[in-house]
Amino acid sequence: MPIRETFWNIPHWAEIAQYIAALVTAIIFIAGITRRVLRWRKGRPEKRSGHFWKRIGALITQVFGQQRTLDEKFPGIMHFSIFWGMLVLAAGTALATIDWDVTHLFFGFQILKGGVYIAFELMLDVLGLLVVLGLGMAIYRRYIARPARLQNFPVKKLAGDDTYVLVMLAFITLSGYLTEGLRLAVTQPDWAPWSPVGNAIAALFLSLGDPTNQTLHLIIWGMHIATAFGVLISLPFTKLFHIFSVPLNIYFRSLEPAGALRAANMDGGMGVKEWTQFTWKQLLDFESCTRCGRCQDVCPAYASAQVLSPRNMMVKLDDHLWEKKPRALHGEVVSVDELWACTTCRACVQVCPAFIDHVTTFVDLRRHLVDQGKMDQMLQDALSNLGRYGNSFGQSDRMRAKWTMGLQPPVKDARREQVEYLWFVGDYASYNATLTDVTRKTAEVFHKLGLNFGILYESERNSGNDVRRVGEEGLFEMLVDKNSQVLSKCKFQAIVTTDPHSYNTLKNEYPANGNGRYPVLHYSELLDQLIAAGKLKFSKKLGYKVTYHDPCYLGRYNGVYDAPRRVIEATGCELVEMPRHRERGFCCGAGGGRIWMEEKEVKERPSESRIREAVALEGVQTFIVACPKDLTMFRDAVKTTGNEQRLEVKDLIDLVAEAL
Amino acid sequence: MSQDIFVVIEHLRGQVADVSYAMLAGARQLSKASGGEVVAVLLGHNAQGLASNLAADRVLYVDHPALAEFTSDAYQIVLAGLIQEHAPRAVLFGHSSIGMDLASSLSARLGIPVVNSCRTFTDDGKFVSQICGGKIMAEGNLPSPALATMIPGGYKAEEGQSAQTPPLTAVSAPALDNLRVAVKQYIEPDTSDVDISKEKMLVSIGRGIQNKDNIELANELADALGCAVSASRPVVDQGWLPTTRLVGKSGKHVKPKIYLALGISGAPEHVEGMGESEVIVAVNTDPNAPIFNIAKYGTTIDMFDLLPVLIEKVKQAK
Amino acid sequence: MKIAVPIKFVPDLVEELTIDPSGTALDTTWLRLIINELDDHAVEQAILLKERSGGEVTVLSAEADGVDDFLFTAAAKGADRLIKLTGDFSAADNHALGRAFADVIKELQPDLILTGVQAHNDLDGSVGPLLAEYLGLPYVGYVAGIALDGNKVVARKEYAGGLVAEVEVKLPAVLGIQAAEQPPRYVAYSKIRQVMGTAKIEERPVSNLESSGGVVVGRLFQPEVAERATMLEGSPEDVADKLVGLFKELGTL
Ligand SMILES: Cc1cc2nc3c(=O)[nH]c(=O)nc-3n(C[C@H](O)[C@H](O)[C@H](O)COP(=O)(O)OP(=O)(O)OC[C@H]3O[C@@H](n4cnc5c(N)ncnc54)[C@H](O)[C@@H]3O)c2cc1C
Ligand SMILES: Cc1cc2nc3c(=O)[nH]c(=O)nc-3n(C[C@H](O)[C@H](O)[C@H](O)COP(=O)(O)OP(=O)(O)OC[C@H]3O[C@@H](n4cnc5c(N)ncnc54)[C@H](O)[C@@H]3O)c2cc1C
Ligand code: SF4
Ligand code: SF4
Repeated sequence: MPIRETFWNIPHWAEIAQYIAALVTAIIFIAGITRRVLRWRKGRPEKRSGHFWKRIGALITQVFGQQRTLDEKFPGIMHFSIFWGMLVLAAGTALATIDWDVTHLFFGFQILKGGVYIAFELMLDVLGLLVVLGLGMAIYRRYIARPARLQNFPVKKLAGDDTYVLVMLAFITLSGYLTEGLRLAVTQPDWAPWSPVGNAIAALFLSLGDPTNQTLHLIIWGMHIATAFGVLISLPFTKLFHIFSVPLNIYFRSLEPAGALRAANMDGGMGVKEWTQFTWKQLLDFESCTRCGRCQDVCPAYASAQVLSPRNMMVKLDDHLWEKKPRALHGEVVSVDELWACTTCRACVQVCPAFIDHVTTFVDLRRHLVDQGKMDQMLQDALSNLGRYGNSFGQSDRMRAKWTMGLQPPVKDARREQVEYLWFVGDYASYNATLTDVTRKTAEVFHKLGLNFGILYESERNSGNDVRRVGEEGLFEMLVDKNSQVLSKCKFQAIVTTDPHSYNTLKNEYPANGNGRYPVLHYSELLDQLIAAGKLKFSKKLGYKVTYHDPCYLGRYNGVYDAPRRVIEATGCELVEMPRHRERGFCCGAGGGRIWMEEKEVKERPSESRIREAVALEGVQTFIVACPKDLTMFRDAVKTTGNEQRLEVKDLIDLVAEAL
Repeated sequence: MSQDIFVVIEHLRGQVADVSYAMLAGARQLSKASGGEVVAVLLGHNAQGLASNLAADRVLYVDHPALAEFTSDAYQIVLAGLIQEHAPRAVLFGHSSIGMDLASSLSARLGIPVVNSCRTFTDDGKFVSQICGGKIMAEGNLPSPALATMIPGGYKAEEGQSAQTPPLTAVSAPALDNLRVAVKQYIEPDTSDVDISKEKMLVSIGRGIQNKDNIELANELADALGCAVSASRPVVDQGWLPTTRLVGKSGKHVKPKIYLALGISGAPEHVEGMGESEVIVAVNTDPNAPIFNIAKYGTTIDMFDLLPVLIEKVKQAK
Repeated sequence: MKIAVPIKFVPDLVEELTIDPSGTALDTTWLRLIINELDDHAVEQAILLKERSGGEVTVLSAEADGVDDFLFTAAAKGADRLIKLTGDFSAADNHALGRAFADVIKELQPDLILTGVQAHNDLDGSVGPLLAEYLGLPYVGYVAGIALDGNKVVARKEYAGGLVAEVEVKLPAVLGIQAAEQPPRYVAYSKIRQVMGTAKIEERPVSNLESSGGVVVGRLFQPEVAERATMLEGSPEDVADKLVGLFKELGTL
């Protein structure tokens, strides 16, 4: 009956040595894991329980299904192969151990015999090839193709860590196959063909004959076992640890809306000054990063000036947790410029296969800078203006509704009369001289559609979305208070806004401040609803070939991708997508308060990169945006890239107004 | 009380400040109402030569080694004595680093009212002061007696200059001991950069330029025009341009043929340095900006809209 | 080193200024008050000195809308004592204000008094030199930079044209600040809020607020349109053409 003689060719002393090694390995392994867990426990508490089944579901799709990892083909297949191959090999080894050390030892029977054994052999033998394939791809990628995102780690020793993992895994797999091959070469059982790889290797060694093969077998077995224990011992201390941390990180990921930031830590000053002020989950984040560099590839800040790489931030923060002599978090571990460079576009969070939330960490670190008053003069001015006048322009609040002058009929004052839609206009649409035309046009379209709407006039304040992301939590709270006070006195059914930033915070963060719930609509959603309800009918089919830019705070943060697209299509335009669209949309560079900061040296502004992307689309002459800041950013970029003749930047409302 | 108008002559390092001449012109107008004389009050050490071109009816000159450099302490003592002794109708000071160290203090010491920031006087003895960053003018009867600080802009320096040397009376100084203020040394402004006061045209930028990068636009225009870029204080404070380019009260006083003010509001402290330019052209989005009060031509077009077009046209015109 | 910083609130020029029907005062309906920018620099300079050489900073202000917030902000920056003068300041001129400050400051016995060199609405003199005189102290204005040196300070006094004099002043003294060594720092709102819970504003009632300056305004007005520039109208193109014409005409092109 087919069966494998366990510990065939292994002298008793070696067998004993193996068990001793296993014990030692287990002790070091547990100590290593404990060390990590104790480190996380130094972080602040944060509740991440609840939704058990939802969390388990994500483990299944993301860990076993490798869903997000597979978003990118080559690295996805590479990792998938290694993961499943190693998983099967490890499970096989575990099964063999149980078979020998439990069922055989205590109950005197073995599972792995006969047909079961044949199937087991065949599966491990073939699936082991997956590992070979995956490792081959990995070695090719890391050492031959050498994509930029795998290069230049801020912590130099990590290149060694990467190599170590590849070498060890490669060695385990190859030595495993060799051991098998040598055993088959000596024992030559009838069922050898069921181990096709091992059998093929056996054929190579046949000519050496016994006892050479037997000796070789013992040596290679020894090395295989040593490597295997080596890998286990090093698992809590190397990149291999991601095998544990990433599933945990996926399990414990935040299930709150993406647009709701956690309130600032106020204990010992605002934000995070020392790493122990991070929550345990943030520490787990740092320890989950596998340095795959996907986040760096999609990061607009990295693309424009290479100051900030979210990957490097995670690497540096992780390294910092283990420093013997901890350096200052701000200035030494991470630079101030890096922190300010982030646009909070969330592209990194969206692609990270380890489900790391970079943005929350960056904001926490910024909060400390704000606490210390360390920021550039422009930002200081903007924040002072926001505190004093409620807008970043430093203009009088009485000028906020100046754009309404001369509009007929006049725009209703939502503070005085009941309206159906309360239009929260936002700073840029209200004050920026080049945008007020579009704001007026929006009002005109609303009028034509017979909407009962009003605005807050001088009582509106900046919504605070970007103030909060800059890290000025206290000012954010003040702005929320002021707006909420006015809102609570107004009678309306829903809030509508053209500004995705205001939309995000009004929708996700205001209710958390205890001010009751009201639906918040982006104008694209409102228009979409009106079209669906037959209340908005177009008289013209525009027939333009257009492309559409997803605003980060509308798309990635709030998942509104389809409404604006349906509106565009309803106006009779043909929508051609840019390569980076929907979840992969590329930030314009203005978010997270970047629009208030000095622009440092740049290679290519994110907005310019975006315009070049659009210009490359065959026949597209119009670039549609659904955010006032986008309008300024991209109109500017069209000029700076010299594409004024080629591409026109239009607001969604321009299309609607034209097609009405 | 006499009807004379005293003008405290400001001078540093052997040079009379322009504002002193403008004050003499202002004093002349005031004296028409009062009927008194215009008296230049000159304090210094071996400085009588500075009186040579003052358009005053006479000069009171106080010489003392302690007056060699300006210090508020010594000047206050001397002036308090002179004012008490001569009881003039009014004493004019510059609204400047020198005059402002004196006028208010003397007002409190002598119990004589002081009027700040006078730009002009009227024939009937009224003051017209410019306040609130140039947005508001205040007019009233100049109290009698009164002290006043004067900002430039109301009178031209030339009107206060004369080819004739006025008669000079030397007055002995009171005891000047136990002084609490002393000049240790002067630090010269940096002269390695272009001298904006010698340019025939200036492209001058203010806070409206928004950020450092945008300065390139101004440089481009200045290059095309073959002139220099100057700036208001906020631009220099941010370190976007060196202090050598600062125009105004604490910077250079310039009188180019054309002063193109881009995004400058026209605060009195700035105007002080450029108000006498031949032609001021202002580009400012705020139609109420005080700069339009002194500019000959103006436009409310956004400078970022205007500049690229203007640069092109200037290049073509060359 | 004890430093006192008397400050003043002035109309915010961001708001459109209008003149009330009497024609002699600003219309207060729309008026918003803001810290005199140069006083803000004086506070910053005082805190910088404290950070450098230790000491106690006291900020004083007459009561007005927004003064409490400013005082708490100053405390959040590092001021140790906050004093608010209370009373009817509506008609108080700088002479009255200077006298009121002098009464309180006499008690404080500071070594150094810093204040903004001027405020944009000063008409009857400036507070700093008036105060110095009421206290019998020396005054040096236009200061941008201070070094402490025993019982003296060395102040960098600015003159026109960029000339700077290093002036030695015996303490106690009043210095009129033209610019702090660094722009006033930003303080996070959370810090201010925290300070509001802990810091105390001491109130000092002031009774004698007679306007003793003796300056009477007969009329306030906005600079007249007739004096204003000829406005160039049209598109940026048109305006640029006109300007190029002008440059040529005046021979600068
Ligand atoms: C003692 C003392 C000495 C001083 N000395 C000097 C001095 O020597 N020199 C000096 O300059 N200042 C001096 N100041 C400062 C002075 O009071 C003003 O604060 C300063 O001149 C204001 O500079 P600004 O006009 O550039 O800025 P702001 O007053 O802020 O004006 C900016 C202007 O730009 C306009 N603007 C904005 N955007 C645009 C655009 N896109 N296109 C066109 N226009 C735009 C705005 O409408 C605004 O009018 C001194 C102050 C004091 C107290
Ligand atoms: C976050 C941000 C940062 C920025 N940073 C910078 C920066 O660092 N540097 C910088 O230079 N800009 C910057 N800008 C852009 C700046 O605000 C202006 O948008 C830009 O400089 C204007 O370009 P433009 O002069 O070509 O004007 P346009 O936008 O082309 O013109 C504006 C107006 O002028 C009219 N116009 C234009 N050309 C003509 C013509 N030939 N004849 C008649 N009318 C005409 C147009 O009809 C339009 O009404 C930034 C913008 C943003 C949003
Ligand atoms: S943060 Fe995530 S995406 Fe970025 S390198 Fe680390 S694991 Fe990869
Ligand atoms: S949020 Fe956007 S800008 Fe910030 S690190 Fe991530 S990808 Fe980069």
